[in-house]
Formats: sequence, C-alpha cells, structure tokens
Amino acid sequence: MNLFALFIAFARVGVMTFGGGYAMIPILEREIVDKHGWASSEELMDYYAVGQCTPGVIAVNTATFIGQKCAGTVGGVVATLGVVFPSLVIICVIAGILTNFADIPAVKSAFAGIRVCVCVLIFNAVVKLWKSAVPDKGALCLCLGVFVLSVFLDISPVVYVVVCAAAGILLTRLGVRGK
Amino acid sequence: MMLYLRLFWEFFKTGLFAVGGGMATLPFLYSMSDATGWFSHAQLADMIAVSESTPGPIGVNMATYVGFSTAGIPGAVVATLGLITPSVIIILIIARVLAAFRQNKVVDAAFYGLRPCSVGLIAAAGLLVVKIALFDVDLYKQTGVLMNLFQCKAIALAAVLIVLTRYVKPLKKLHPVFFILGSAAVGALFSF
Repeated sequence: MNLFALFIAFARVGVMTFGGGYAMIPILEREIVDKHGWASSEELMDYYAVGQCTPGVIAVNTATFIGQKCAGTVGGVVATLGVVFPSLVIICVIAGILTNFADIPAVKSAFAGIRVCVCVLIFNAVVKLWKSAVPDKGALCLCLGVFVLSVFLDISPVVYVVVCAAAGILLTRLGVRGK
Repeated sequence: MMLYLRLFWEFFKTGLFAVGGGMATLPFLYSMSDATGWFSHAQLADMIAVSESTPGPIGVNMATYVGFSTAGIPGAVVATLGLITPSVIIILIIARVLAAFRQNKVVDAAFYGLRPCSVGLIAAAGLLVVKIALFDVDLYKQTGVLMNLFQCKAIALAAVLIVLTRYVKPLKKLHPVFFILGSAAVGALFSF
C-alpha cells in the first residue's frame, strides 16, 4: 500500500465533502469503493455505524478505519491527516483573508445550490446502499424504524446503533435472518 | 508554548467527548468560549457559518478556525491535531479488535443489524438537508401561504439533478464533484 496514494485519496475526499459527515458518503463510495477498491460498500456501512457511536468527527473516524484496514496503524494516521489537510489550508486562507466570507451573497447562493446537490447525492447513495444493507424483512424493519424515529425524535444515534446491533444478534439467533 | 498546549488540550477534550459528528462539538465550543475567552459567542456564529460553507468535515473546520483565530497557523494545526487525536487512538484500537473478531458469528450478526441502521440514519440526515435546501418552513409559518413553503428554483434543480444522475447513461458515471460544482454555479447564477 502506497501511503502517499492513501493521503492523496483522503485529501480528495476532504476537499469534496461539503456539509458534514453524511455528505461524505457519496464521495467515499466513489473514491474508496469504486475507484480504489480499498473497502466494500458493506464495510463503509460498518465503519459509519461504529463512527456514529465513538467520540469524534465521523469523517475522521471513517478515514482512520479505512486507512487502518489498508495499511495498519500508520495507514490510519495518514488517511486521517489526509482528510483534514484541505480544511487546514482552506480555513486558514479564508480566516486570514476573507473575514466576511460567509456573508458574501454569491457564496450564500452557491451553497444553497450545493445543498440541493447534496440532497440528491445522499438520496442516490441511500438507494445504492439499500440494496446491500437491507437484504430481508428484519433489516427492512430496522432501517425504517431508525429512519422514522430519528426524523421525529431527538435521540442520540448511539442509542439506535446499540439497539440495532442487539436486534441483529437477536434476529439471527431466532432464525429470522434471511427471510 | 503554554497557549499551544492549552489549545491542544481543550480540543483533545472536545474530540474525546463529542459523540455523533461535527455538530456535536458545538456545546463544547460554547463552553470553551466561556472558559477561555479566546473567542466570543458572536465570533463562534461566524465560525459555524464559514465551517458550513467550506469543504471538509464541519468539526475539523471549526477546530482549525478557532485555532487560527487564537494563535495563527500553528494554532490551527495544534487545535486540529488535538481534535483528531482521541478518535484516531480509539478507532485504531476498535479496528484491531474488530479485525480479530470479524469472523465471529455474533459480531457478524451485530453488523447485520447495524447496516440497515446506518442507512436509516443517513436517510434521516438527508431529509434534514432536504428540509433546509428545498423548503422554506419559516417563511411558510410567517405568511401562511402554502406556495411559500416550496423553494421552486431549488426543487427544479433537484429534479434536474435526479434525472441527470440516475437516468442519463453517460452522466451516471460522472464524479459527484462535477454535480456539486455545477449546482454551486447554478445557485450563484440564479441567486438561490
């Protein structure tokens, strides 16, 4: 595994992620799963779930996971530094020069446009992930349950992750899995 | 030197205790503002706006911004490293344990439950973006006019993007960043 390639790949992910960890999913799918094949869609889901309930920024947690899988401890560190590098450069430039950056009307409009695109990209990612993550009725119930509850209630994602892990074990034990 | 150590320590604590993504760092930044006086609440509001309007994870952007405004470029680096150090250590440990138990039937069963959970969480997060990007709930509540609920230009753009990314063969394989840049241009041109 080329550490430099790992750094560059995650720097690309960092520079193309607009608006938080979940916006990173479509970009990770493209850069890490499709282009480099360093992880599968299923693994991405696993890392994302674990990243939700461990402390820290989800994007960083996911990067550390994938880097570790590709090239051990050093890989985890390199991938993480890669994903934060663009932020360091961009924020320092903006904070140093353009103090009123976020108030510029053109910037506001451009980001309103980007948000629309992020909606569509997340929708496409959900459709794609759905196929591999929801193979049977049990998984369907879990997925819809989490979706509906997290839309209407303000509960920490940690709760959903813990409950669903337990439900996965229970459903498998009961022999409901795969039906 | 003391300032750098303090910056690292403050963001280390934030990275250690903020569970659930970038926005979970907010309460920690508010209490940091009160405890250290490095920045005011008003400055923090500006930092949030900039962090959301620039590429990169929001939590990382905020740490960089606070570090930069407190102690320049070295401050930015120190604050960011402080934020990511706890999660890197924790994830590296979990990744090792996970690799050892990957073939374990119970672990496999747990992940069978976790994957649909991830998809549900991502879909819910997506819906939150839809609410902000395509609708104007505040304006609708103020005026009571149903048409004000919809941001027509944004909905039109979303419809075009769905068709382009899902149904137009040569474009389906295009990198997502082109759609992001295109949408930024459309947003700026038609003043969304």
